Amino acid sequence: MDLMTNFMPASAEIFLLVMACVILIADLVIKQQARMVTFMLVLLTLMGCALITVGTHTEGVAYAFNNMFVDDLMSDMLKLLTYLSVAMMLLYSRQYLTVRGLFSGEFMALVMFALLGMMVMISASHFLTLYLGLELLSLSLYAMVALQRDSAIATEAAMKYFILGALASGLLLYGMSMLYGATGSLELSAISNAIESGGSNQTLLVFGLVFIVSGLAFKLGAVPFHMWVPDVYHGAPTAMTMLIGTAPKLAAFAFASRILVEGMQPLVEHWSGMLIILAIASMAIGNITAIAQTNLKRMFAYSTIAHMGFMLLGFLSGSIEGYGSAMFYAVIYVLMSLGAFGMIMLLSREGFEADNLDDFKGLSQRSPWLAFLMLLLMFSMAGVPPTVGFYAKFSVLNSVVQAGHIWLAITAVIFSLIGAFYYLRIVKLMYFDAPESRAPIIFGQDAVLLISINGLGVLFLGLLPGSLMSVCAVSIQQSLLLH
Amino acid sequence: MIFGLPVISIAIWLPIIFGVLVLATGDDRNAPLARILALVGSLLGFMVTIPLYTGFIRDTSEMQFVEIYDWITRYNIHYHLGVDGISVLFILLTAFFTPIVVLAGWKVIEKRVAQYMASFLIMSGIMIGVFAALDAVLFYVFWEAMLIPMFLIIGVWGGQNRVYAAVKFFLYTLLGSLLMLVALIYLYNQSGGSFAILDFHQVAIPLTAQILIFIAFFFAFAVKVPMFPVHTWLPDAHVEAPTGGSVILAAIMLKVGAYGFIRFSMPITPDASHELAGVMIALSLIAVVYIGLVALTQTDMKKLVAYSSISHMGFVTLGLFIFNAYGMEGALLQMISHGFVSGALFLCIGVLYDRMHSRNIADYGGVANSMPVFAAFFMLFAMANSGLPGTSGFVGEFMVILGAVKANFWYAFAAATTLIFGAAYTLWMYKRVIFGAVVNEGVASLSDLTLREKVIFTILAFTVLGMGLYPLPFSEIMHVSVNDLLVHVARSKLP
Repeated sequence: MDLMTNFMPASAEIFLLVMACVILIADLVIKQQARMVTFMLVLLTLMGCALITVGTHTEGVAYAFNNMFVDDLMSDMLKLLTYLSVAMMLLYSRQYLTVRGLFSGEFMALVMFALLGMMVMISASHFLTLYLGLELLSLSLYAMVALQRDSAIATEAAMKYFILGALASGLLLYGMSMLYGATGSLELSAISNAIESGGSNQTLLVFGLVFIVSGLAFKLGAVPFHMWVPDVYHGAPTAMTMLIGTAPKLAAFAFASRILVEGMQPLVEHWSGMLIILAIASMAIGNITAIAQTNLKRMFAYSTIAHMGFMLLGFLSGSIEGYGSAMFYAVIYVLMSLGAFGMIMLLSREGFEADNLDDFKGLSQRSPWLAFLMLLLMFSMAGVPPTVGFYAKFSVLNSVVQAGHIWLAITAVIFSLIGAFYYLRIVKLMYFDAPESRAPIIFGQDAVLLISINGLGVLFLGLLPGSLMSVCAVSIQQSLLLH
Repeated sequence: MIFGLPVISIAIWLPIIFGVLVLATGDDRNAPLARILALVGSLLGFMVTIPLYTGFIRDTSEMQFVEIYDWITRYNIHYHLGVDGISVLFILLTAFFTPIVVLAGWKVIEKRVAQYMASFLIMSGIMIGVFAALDAVLFYVFWEAMLIPMFLIIGVWGGQNRVYAAVKFFLYTLLGSLLMLVALIYLYNQSGGSFAILDFHQVAIPLTAQILIFIAFFFAFAVKVPMFPVHTWLPDAHVEAPTGGSVILAAIMLKVGAYGFIRFSMPITPDASHELAGVMIALSLIAVVYIGLVALTQTDMKKLVAYSSISHMGFVTLGLFIFNAYGMEGALLQMISHGFVSGALFLCIGVLYDRMHSRNIADYGGVANSMPVFAAFFMLFAMANSGLPGTSGFVGEFMVILGAVKANFWYAFAAATTLIFGAAYTLWMYKRVIFGAVVNEGVASLSDLTLREKVIFTILAFTVLGMGLYPLPFSEIMHVSVNDLLVHVARSKLP
């Protein structure tokens, strides 16, 4: 019985791990023509995970494995959204991968292990668990980027990703070891208590914090630790880019809130100063550099950098309000990126990547419906109401103003304005320019249905954003306050 | 509410729903259906706003036809609509112009008809929302949403340089709006967690903060008005926009900026408004005089009317910031009148452009010979634009000048020069285009107005003359609200 209660909070992870191993083995005997079976199994596993997560949800906070693993409302919400985002990514990329010969068992196994990594990160309440999850995620992603073996650019991207990622992990570990030295614990709540009670070596603490924040910035892709982002986004096959650009951002959000808020809330004045620099630099470099890009994936890479900077703004206000808005921002960002990368994959076909800006020329004449959906997604990314992107920006700005950083809010909106330019350019290409190619767009009905839901979801949530906002706020409140 | 119906909501959503229906008709094979559906939608949209006028209680400044529902409870944001004597007129004006714009684009627009018509219908609903919103976030959502259809209208159906104009228009206005957003969030935090605009009116704010808020609002509203020196997007946008786009821009969208001053800047930051009134008046007078002179030198008819619009809007902001009843009511009447007159002038230019595909004054001359009916209508609107007594253009200008005399004689003196410049640039253009010898084959073979065009111009001519001869129906409805606003603005809100 004791064992059971210990395993309960982690049952979704355990289920996923078992299924990943089962699928990995089962896939050995499945022929390439029947790969859909594996695909369906993965989707079923995701559904199973979702059911387990909902089923094992308990009021309040449950710990497992000697406080190394936590199950609270925030982790449940984030996990559910992660399943959803991974499932959407799989559905979007099926056709894309099939025509490129990447629709393989390894791909699906790697996706599942990456997902497992994210889940562990989301639920970690101990530096070791956190690191374990992070590495599981990162290693799976490195391998996925390199999956297209005969592509030089993908291999290069994988190399860069791996080396810089390893460096970031090193930084994190170094920071963790310093905090361990200062507080004598690796457990987040114990660290928080130790810092609060005073007596720890302040210099060591802040030094450790610098390394941790740097490692975190690396993983988020915040300036000045952003160099890998454009190359990896550009080099990886679009399906992998989509995976890197979506669900892991939720995990990264959890990572940031676990470390900074749960572990180091007492040091808020130190880390919020660092985040201000990271946020402003990210918004500036991200938005300005994105303007110069001609490759859509690179442009989205820089746009991600800018968005992550904006999300960090929510953190630095140091209030529950702010963390809630950052979570909302992360969720909305993931929803928008899924749509944007989904569109690139939808327009790509065998031997052709629709990842140049010019490929979107005249889309409104080739397919008015897809152009309209892309228009919604782009205006949402730019933060123009009535799309949901506006409310994401709105709630973050509100928390920034509440914290008294009005000048920061003004800086943020100025960079948003600069950002609006390159999103507008896509709308301009789609609506104002004549198409370059008249090649018919071939796509599966399922993908169109999915992107319609995705695009209209951005509009629908924009008209009625209230409930999602409240969900994010409540889950942060319940999770971070109860510790 | 009338018969328990949420009139304002219907006025907002009916055109939007029709817009979506029009979009659903698909590509240009179904163009006739799209046109008819758009016309029906816009006419219905206008009809549902009439109860707002007839059912309006004139002796109170309270908000009427109020609808309030929870929207985003987390931030205490409501779906809160209502009208007072000021906003009701603009709602009517908006709904009035939508069918006209639909008719104006009936034949001319041949590509992507459904999208064109739908853009205007959707925009009509959104603009009514701007005028009726009583919650700051709701206002902001409508305010920004307005940009999207206009961006597409200019960019897809515009002229040569349309992309540049569309992007400029969008970014210019977005800059202003984003700063306003920060100001609104600040006010939300100051007002103890309410986004209701009427609550903002009561918040006490120190002078420095008021001035900063005023500046943020100024960016948002002055760009839309547009005031000198942030007016440069307007001539570009007007020249490149299709006729319908120009009409909506001039008739409605510019009013949104001035409305913002009335609803936000003046009552929320009255002390800053007084403090900075000198600057505002100076900018207004520069617009009136300098832009009037700029208009004189234009060779492109649309540009000329665009500059004339800026100059006339200078009158409006002048009237607002001299803080007396004449000025304020004059400004409001001027806004309404300018809506009719500039709309009509853009339609006139559209008529010529559709036939000759040129907006250059030099390409015309002697049009009166081939288009006598058109020449007569054009004459009336040109006269109204120069403020001839008996036309609607006169009433507002005269009242603003009266108000300005009360404030300072020299304001009035500078403002009154517009009566000369306005007449000069409008009538000189008219003379060069309409009178004289027939200059080329094209002009000689022009065909006069069709029945559809005659209907449009007759309606507009009646309104312009009617408002000039008997402005009471327009002024009585706003009277109480204007006085209340003046009382409010005169009270200091310093803590």
